[in-house]
Amino acid sequence: MRLPCPHCGPRSSAEFTYLGAAAPKRPVDDAPLEAWHDFVFIRDNPRGPIDELWRHRLGCGAWIVVTRDTLTHDVTGAVLASRYAKREGES
Amino acid sequence: MRYSAFGLLQEALRGNRGWAPAWRDPAPKDRYDVIIVGGGGHGLATAHYLAKNHGLTDVAVLEKGPIGLGNVGRNTTIVRANYGLPGNEPFYAHSLKLWEGLSRDLNFNVMFSQRGVLNLCHTPAQYDQFARRGNAMRLMGEDAELLDADGVKALVPGIETEDGRFPVAGGLLQRRAGTARHDAVAWGYARAASAAGVDIVQHCEVTGIVREGNRVKGVETTRGFIGCDRLGLAVAGNTSRLGDMAGLRLPIESHVLQAFVSEGLKPVLPGVVTYGIGHFYISQSDKGGLVFGGDLDGYNSYAQRGNLPLVEHVMAAGTALLPWLPRLRVLRSWGGVMDMSMDGSPIIGTTPIDNLYLNAGWCYGGFKATPASGWCFAHTIATGSPHPLNAAFRLDRTMTGHLIDEEQAGPQPNLH
Repeated sequence: MRLPCPHCGPRSSAEFTYLGAAAPKRPVDDAPLEAWHDFVFIRDNPRGPIDELWRHRLGCGAWIVVTRDTLTHDVTGAVLASRYAKREGES
Repeated sequence: MRYSAFGLLQEALRGNRGWAPAWRDPAPKDRYDVIIVGGGGHGLATAHYLAKNHGLTDVAVLEKGPIGLGNVGRNTTIVRANYGLPGNEPFYAHSLKLWEGLSRDLNFNVMFSQRGVLNLCHTPAQYDQFARRGNAMRLMGEDAELLDADGVKALVPGIETEDGRFPVAGGLLQRRAGTARHDAVAWGYARAASAAGVDIVQHCEVTGIVREGNRVKGVETTRGFIGCDRLGLAVAGNTSRLGDMAGLRLPIESHVLQAFVSEGLKPVLPGVVTYGIGHFYISQSDKGGLVFGGDLDGYNSYAQRGNLPLVEHVMAAGTALLPWLPRLRVLRSWGGVMDMSMDGSPIIGTTPIDNLYLNAGWCYGGFKATPASGWCFAHTIATGSPHPLNAAFRLDRTMTGHLIDEEQAGPQPNLH
């Protein structure tokens, strides 16, 4: 499996570390307990396309958001995590 | 038909023409008292114990394909009860006891072989930690033996204890642990459940869960609607999908785990051996092949196949432990989808929906749990509340804070 790092081009997935789904959004500090619980523990776990956070640890070191299909392992895109956050309306 | 040595001899003399199918293949009825979704080890075991322990036989097990093609047929067949936490150990200890009587209970040889599981340690600190875990196990009534390096060498001559990449400091041995014939577990439970009157409905995929208020009315399947009083989900690997159908959001990720088997060779390993530096576990099957595996690939996956970097990683760990391993050829490798929970421990219990019960989150330790999982899940479904053995495996523990994090890895499923 190769991941298209926006800085380095297609690289082996062995160069990357995995964090998990990009969907859970960190709640504000005084959000209710349920919101924090869902952020820490609850996952959509889709069978199909998923946006997920990888870090190019043995390359440029950047956090990226990869769009990948969990059923086929097909990778359809990757953007820098900072750009993804802007696109998703985060600061 | 009861299996026996006499029957075997009789059939041998008659040309083996008298064997009947081991379980019935019925069409689904319109409704059942209990429906279990998932015809894997845990689902079939649940059906068996519902009938045997609780007298419930109006039960169906629904399986999308043929039974036994999921993780019950994809694991490395290790059976052990060497956990350190009170929520876990009594449950697995009960499972080990059920394993010891399983072939007799099912009248089916599951080839449970108590050849021992040896966890190796490589530093004095790790040795101390193993001593602590061994003591915890013994306090909870299980057997555990702490071996020094000489003890390891005497038990497993094939291991390099002094000149290896990471010299072996000792090991924690559980002699009553071992391996079993994984397919036979699915077949044995299916046969026993079917004989008791349970319908095992194959090629019947659940496509929807029909709710009325806070109760489940039944399931939509590829073979039509089937009503039920109680619904149990035992679909590890696909729990989130079934959860979605019921409107439940769950603390689970699906990950792929690979396993490997080598060509057959004469006996080299007496039992299961696990490496203490990398994640690597190996045993020798009765046919002589070495069966081994390691870490998860590490990313969410439903693919039932992994990628090459992890193959290299597992082989490297194996070679560091057993320098002769690269001389062998690997015959097969395969992958299975693991239900990874957020604390690395399973879920068996009630859900926010009144008559829906959940059996999930087995990470990569589900096989050894099969008998106790079915036993406890059957109790939970039959009585409506958990047995003390599975009371800690409640779904809402992420909310209440009663996590059972054996690996102390935090809510990061790919690290458990």
